[in-house]
Amino acid sequence: MAELEAPASVRAESSAAAALAAGTEPDLSTGDRAGNGANGRGHLRVFLGMAAGVGKTFRMLMEGHAEQNAGRDVVIGLLETHGRVDTALAAEGLEIFSRRVVTYRGTDLEEMDLPGILSRAPQVCLIDELAHTNAPGVEHKKRYEDVEDVLAAGIDVLSTVNVQHLDSLNDRIDELTGVRVRETIPDAVLARADEVVIIDLTPEELLDRLRAGKIYPQERIDAALNNFFRIENLATLREVALRQVAEEVGQKRLSTEPAVTRDETIASDASQAVGERLLALIEPYPGAQRLVRRAWRSAQRLGTDLDLLWVSHPSSTLTPEQERSLAALRQLASVLGARLLVEESDDLPSAVADVARRQRTTYILMGRSRPARGLTRLRTPLPQRLMELLPGVDVRIVADRTTRQGAERP
Amino acid sequence: MSIALVAAVIVVALVLGTVIGFWLPPHGRLPSRNRPQPVKRILLPFTGQAISRRAFEAAVRLAQAENATIMPAFLARVPRSLPLDSPLPVQCGDGMALLEAIEQQAHGKGVPVDARVSRGRTYQDALRRLLEDEQFDRVIVSATNSPRKGLTSDDLEWLLEDVPAEVLILRPAPEDTRRISTAGLAGHF
Repeated sequence: MAELEAPASVRAESSAAAALAAGTEPDLSTGDRAGNGANGRGHLRVFLGMAAGVGKTFRMLMEGHAEQNAGRDVVIGLLETHGRVDTALAAEGLEIFSRRVVTYRGTDLEEMDLPGILSRAPQVCLIDELAHTNAPGVEHKKRYEDVEDVLAAGIDVLSTVNVQHLDSLNDRIDELTGVRVRETIPDAVLARADEVVIIDLTPEELLDRLRAGKIYPQERIDAALNNFFRIENLATLREVALRQVAEEVGQKRLSTEPAVTRDETIASDASQAVGERLLALIEPYPGAQRLVRRAWRSAQRLGTDLDLLWVSHPSSTLTPEQERSLAALRQLASVLGARLLVEESDDLPSAVADVARRQRTTYILMGRSRPARGLTRLRTPLPQRLMELLPGVDVRIVADRTTRQGAERP
Repeated sequence: MSIALVAAVIVVALVLGTVIGFWLPPHGRLPSRNRPQPVKRILLPFTGQAISRRAFEAAVRLAQAENATIMPAFLARVPRSLPLDSPLPVQCGDGMALLEAIEQQAHGKGVPVDARVSRGRTYQDALRRLLEDEQFDRVIVSATNSPRKGLTSDDLEWLLEDVPAEVLILRPAPEDTRRISTAGLAGHF
């Protein structure tokens, strides 16, 4: 079972960012964390999974044991075992706070005893299933609101949630998988969490667990396999969950590194491909958007940064249409996190080479050049010229996929 | 005066009169301010991972008929915990792929495309910023049956009341779930 956590540095930075935002000195000590958040708020760690049975609750319980072994006062505020033996066994040795009984329309329902937990005031409280809807008559409609009260009391909380319960993803997951869950939590709840730990499992492993009866009882397995637990659904949910955590990590890193200027992208140390950097050559016309999208996609896959370069001729002036295209490209670059560079030169290959050396570009992308006319036919084509000037730099010509479908270029 | 000169004057007068008569109403052309102006830019804003095929096809038909450019615009929401000019790589992962799909399909029908991206605190905010920066002749919006998908009824009301362009709102029949998605994207993207 693979686990992806926000790196410790990012975890520390996110707490620091919250403290800095609150105008207090950030506390990066590794000692007792209870109430160390901004304004004495408890520390919230959420275990995020793609589906039931990946091991979120089990992991939460293991962390609870670790906290207890470290000498902290740990209580299970609410645990949902769903009849799973392994989960119930994992809870042994931890104090389980009794639920309270709430009568609704003549039916007795059990809910988390929020007032009791607040009175008990442990250092750490384990509260399962963040998206649960409470029975009417208790303090809050949703369990995540109960968790907010516990955090406000300075108690650290460990909790669990599935990715399809997030508000912003609920529709998308419904669209992709046909599965809609009715209980959701606002994205802000996860955004406010101090740590988000993804509990990852391959779809194949999860299905093996399901068939082995470790997730649902035997009589429910077939129905599960035919509905929610289809491998394409699980693969989609897994990708969504991984992306969600990746964006959380990326946004927390960006929010703690102030930009020097508004036009400067924030330096990222997230590159997985060591030393790679992409440079896309663009011009201010509508077709350039397509090249930028393709270049950005490549940069994402390589885990590296993207620069966009337009080399304008010193004597040229922009038409209104070109001004609009350039403004649109600036906006696109900003939203994608790419850096747009504009250089003036009448020697295109040399200007590109200068920028590529300065930016330490390893990969240049460009669209198809316009057909050479007149004396320009005698010049070395741009791709070849760049390869001469920049040995060791890959040059890729991005095809226009619309022409593959038989349409003429505009 | 010679007869030839008189004849020439008469011919010139007749020609001038014919031309003037051709231009003046009611028999001639309308003044330019009353002629229907050709629609040039059709904005097609969308959110999420798919766009209604009905809205897309309507935009294509109109663009073909009026020699217009379709401008699909991906609207992204910036979380309140982030600065407004933050990059949005996760949302763009969906948006860029869908822009590519839209562009491929529009080009396949011979319609030029000029894509846009806009971000804001809400979808309406993103759309408002886009409309402030650029001029569009027509806006085509797909209204869904689900209030939680894309633009809300408040957003549509704002579009109808405040946006200085033709607004076309299409709501497919409840059973019409056809969409443009990235499933049909050609090639490695």
